[in-house]
Amino acid sequence: MSLKPKSNRELIKNGMFGENTIFRMAISLCPSIAVTNGMKNGLALGIAVVFVQTMVNATVSLMRNFIHPKIRIPIFMLIIAGYVTIIDLLMATYARPIYKEIGLYIQIIVAFASIFARAEVFANKNKVWPSICDGLGMGIGFLLAMLVISFFRELLGKGELFGYSLIAGNPLLIMILPAGGFLAVGLLMGFFNWIDMRFFGGKGASGV
Amino acid sequence: MDWTKLFELVVSSALINNFVFTMFLGLCIFFGVSKKMETAVGMSITFTMVMVVSAALSWVVYQFIMKPLDLTFLKIIVFIGIVAAFVQSADTIMKKVSPSLYYKLGVYLALITTNCIIIAVPLKNAGEHYNFFESMAFALGSGIGFGLALIIMASIREKLEVADVPAPFRGLPISFIIAGLIALAFTGFSGLITL
Repeated sequence: MSLKPKSNRELIKNGMFGENTIFRMAISLCPSIAVTNGMKNGLALGIAVVFVQTMVNATVSLMRNFIHPKIRIPIFMLIIAGYVTIIDLLMATYARPIYKEIGLYIQIIVAFASIFARAEVFANKNKVWPSICDGLGMGIGFLLAMLVISFFRELLGKGELFGYSLIAGNPLLIMILPAGGFLAVGLLMGFFNWIDMRFFGGKGASGV
Repeated sequence: MDWTKLFELVVSSALINNFVFTMFLGLCIFFGVSKKMETAVGMSITFTMVMVVSAALSWVVYQFIMKPLDLTFLKIIVFIGIVAAFVQSADTIMKKVSPSLYYKLGVYLALITTNCIIIAVPLKNAGEHYNFFESMAFALGSGIGFGLALIIMASIREKLEVADVPAPFRGLPISFIIAGLIALAFTGFSGLITL
């Protein structure tokens, strides 16, 4: 985060593009492959992450003056776990068919590096409203990444979007297999790096 | 105790349902520490040990405390608490008892708390209603599978350092593509054992 304070709009934009969780920061990669074999699943997990990220940021920011720095990590963990449980139970109740497929990954949100990182880096030091915007931006950035990946995987792998058949003929089965997920993310990441290098003179994502 | 079942569980969780290649968990660490062979080996060992112990602790808590009290809906919070507490205490104990081991593996311990696999194993054990020995076998197999994936990846990435990769693909993107190819190879294991 730069030193000069950003406006709320800039914060949201930064989360969506500048520091996009998956393509730029390359963290929280697990779900980007696990649930992107269909756009419906990608959307569901994305929404869950937007919710958790925003609420965690808001809560941490509200409580930042009461949390002793030495025990902040377990406290953040508990806050995150609390919200994950809420969304887990909500989805289990109201979105049963999707939950059956991606339930494990909803629960795994608790171990997302991105959510924890934003709580630690941003919400712990900023006022409530900017924190909420930052959480929203980060969450939406994640959601967009999930949609892009699952768009290609579902379209190429099944010839469908959101379950509606679009392309007739034999789809590329590999794209919905586990292997295809890795390939899709790798190629997209390379593509965004290329755009960044070609048109914006950037140096590409931080290669781990 | 059914030894065949346990053996099958170990093999299936290590190869067929490999956490990295078919369930995509633990990718952050998988890509993060697979750059050098030495760190990959250290990570795999630490990882497997933490996984087995935390799975055992979670199982006991789940069966004997949470189930009787009807608190199973709190499992996410409780399991992450158990893992975090265990990792923290392992860290402290190791520092006191064996500084040389701590020097070697301590770095990985800190990374492990926020790893998806470590938290996924107890959740899956609870979800599948495994008994104690099955839970242990599942945790052990998952640890071996993760170690295997890490070591394969590290050995390829060490060679990759000298390869001529197009600039936009350097670093992570090419690693993803390689992981995709390995995953394709792992698909070959499917159907080896049907549980």
